[in-house]
Amino acid sequence: MKLDGLVVRSQSISFQIDRRVPPVLLGLGAVILVAIVLNVGRGEYPIAPFDIVKTLLNLDTGNPDHAFVINTLRLPRTIVAFMVGIAFGISGGIFQGLTSNPLADPGIIGINEGASLAAVAVIVLFPSVPIYILPLSAFVGAFLMAVLIYSLAWNKGSSPILLILIGVGLSAIAGAFTSFLLTFGQIEDVSNALVWLAGSVYGRTWEQVFSFLPWLIIFVPLALTNSRHLNALNLGDDIARGLGSRVEWQRGLQVLVGVALAGAAVATAGTIGFVGLIAPHLGRQLVGTNHQGLIPTAALLGGGIVVLADLLGRTLFAPIELPCGVVTAAVGAPYFLYLLIRNRQKSSL
Amino acid sequence: MTKAIASPPRGSNQLQLSPSLGLIVGVVILLICLVYSVSLGAAEIPLPQILTSFTAFDGSYNHLIVQTVRLPRSLMAILVGSSLAMSGALMQGLTRNPLADPGILGIESGAALAVVATIFLFGSSSLSVLTVAALLGAAGTAILVYFLGSLGRGGATPLNLTVAGAALTALISSFTTAILLVSQQTLEEIRFWLAGSLAGRDTDILLQVLPFIGVGAIAALALGKQITTMSLGEDVAKGLGQQTAWVKIITAIAVVLLAGGSVAVAGPIGFIGLVVPHMVRFYLPTDYRWILPYCAVGGAILLLVADIAARVLLKPQELPVGIMTALVGAPFFVYLAKSKVKK
Repeated sequence: MKLDGLVVRSQSISFQIDRRVPPVLLGLGAVILVAIVLNVGRGEYPIAPFDIVKTLLNLDTGNPDHAFVINTLRLPRTIVAFMVGIAFGISGGIFQGLTSNPLADPGIIGINEGASLAAVAVIVLFPSVPIYILPLSAFVGAFLMAVLIYSLAWNKGSSPILLILIGVGLSAIAGAFTSFLLTFGQIEDVSNALVWLAGSVYGRTWEQVFSFLPWLIIFVPLALTNSRHLNALNLGDDIARGLGSRVEWQRGLQVLVGVALAGAAVATAGTIGFVGLIAPHLGRQLVGTNHQGLIPTAALLGGGIVVLADLLGRTLFAPIELPCGVVTAAVGAPYFLYLLIRNRQKSSL
Repeated sequence: MTKAIASPPRGSNQLQLSPSLGLIVGVVILLICLVYSVSLGAAEIPLPQILTSFTAFDGSYNHLIVQTVRLPRSLMAILVGSSLAMSGALMQGLTRNPLADPGILGIESGAALAVVATIFLFGSSSLSVLTVAALLGAAGTAILVYFLGSLGRGGATPLNLTVAGAALTALISSFTTAILLVSQQTLEEIRFWLAGSLAGRDTDILLQVLPFIGVGAIAALALGKQITTMSLGEDVAKGLGQQTAWVKIITAIAVVLLAGGSVAVAGPIGFIGLVVPHMVRFYLPTDYRWILPYCAVGGAILLLVADIAARVLLKPQELPVGIMTALVGAPFFVYLAKSKVKK
């Protein structure tokens, strides 16, 4: 693994990745394509996979409904699910790498709560603002939360558990404010906000896709090009400094990227918990701990998880639809407990 | 107590005297808060009229308000506040976990899920059914959290329990959310309750849960001595000849009765069980024979004050009191996590 990595070098970027990465990424890509087609095809109005491909290629399938169902209803929500999963996966990978904490996840350490508080506040207090403001406000909320956690829990290499405890406390504060806002909204708004808070891609349109897209376009490449420094930071500040990283600057940048992705994702689809926890862990199983391979793998895994969760949520109790956040929490919380138990056992042996 | 006043050699005596005095002061404060809480509201009701509603009830509008709306609500705050605080103290003493609280360890969310699921499955159920559901939910979650928390290395340490509780809370509340989403009617019926509220409670509800909470409270107060020993560590307690298994079981039952009963009436109200025992321990030595009654009084005062604040702050609107307690309690939790938890 150390010697037989692939190295890609150009003038500004140097990339060394594990040999397992390209096939894994390709395989994941294929799985995700299948998941997307499945998700678009299943539902009240089933559409054959072949017809889906034809519709996407703008060919006539002989059924005018197909174009409407696919292009306006199912495709945008599936794409949103995919994009949101990418954002959570990368964000989780960054936070786990930065804190050397296998339990870190933007949901668990309270960043998502901060983002949703800010977004709910905007929805309830200024119902008429345009939709692209939401990611921005959620980003601000997430960022403030991250700063708070950082300053409270970070004294010279924070303890992983302390970070989670502080996150629990801060989440409770943000959650109290959020439920305060929810208690006084109109019942229709509250019902909508609940769907949104539980983490759902229900009813998402191209509008959401395009207001979220810029965030991915800016921050995903940043995450990928800087993943090299994440490796160094992961080893501890002193070693990172010795390896020539500008520690404070790099860490600030990484936090910014992680927070921006998580915040914008929360603003688009609500708090879809535990994706940022699971994706990097599965990624490490597949491609090892080198962040240059891990970050893209975690991104695709995250995207795939959310698309599959959405598919499950839509089909399990059809016609009633479960938000995909409920599905990911039902899977992710037990996984978290498993990690907790295994982690505690390992760390003391 | 009278003996202590009669013979005043210093030292151990003072310890005897000051706690009982403090308890009396606490009860007086509680009574003042109670009177203020009853007199507070949209209708201005003068104090003499409140008193006459007890001595000579004449069925007038004001008397009706006092007797059927305000008094039950205030009594409810007292009942819920004291039982939450006592259950928190029991948990902190038994598990030696400064962060233990029925809310943080997920017990309240388990009870809430049970209530929501019952309403969803069987429609608007009678309160006795809901109470039993809440108790079962609380018991199930308590067992699960303890089991999961003790699987980690080092057994049921404060950290393992707290983190297991937080993860389980996330899981449980996702189920609760799922039910509420599927059934709009359940949501409408329950959303204020879910945020933790004392509004719209009448005497029936109070009487319904009183037996459960009463048994739990008596058990808790009777366990004071054993909990004090347990708080020195299980090994010490065993060495002193204590039947630790029985103490644990009875304490757990008391916790479930107290916390589950409170959730059944008022929804999940967080952090009372966390904050009050810590505040009490600032003043008292670690003797749960005194800590538990202090917690009962202190919890009642805190929740009553929080309820008053919730009614006054945004007049004429009213906040769910659970939000108020979270706003006070969560920063305290952060402070405790930073200062009391080593590593």
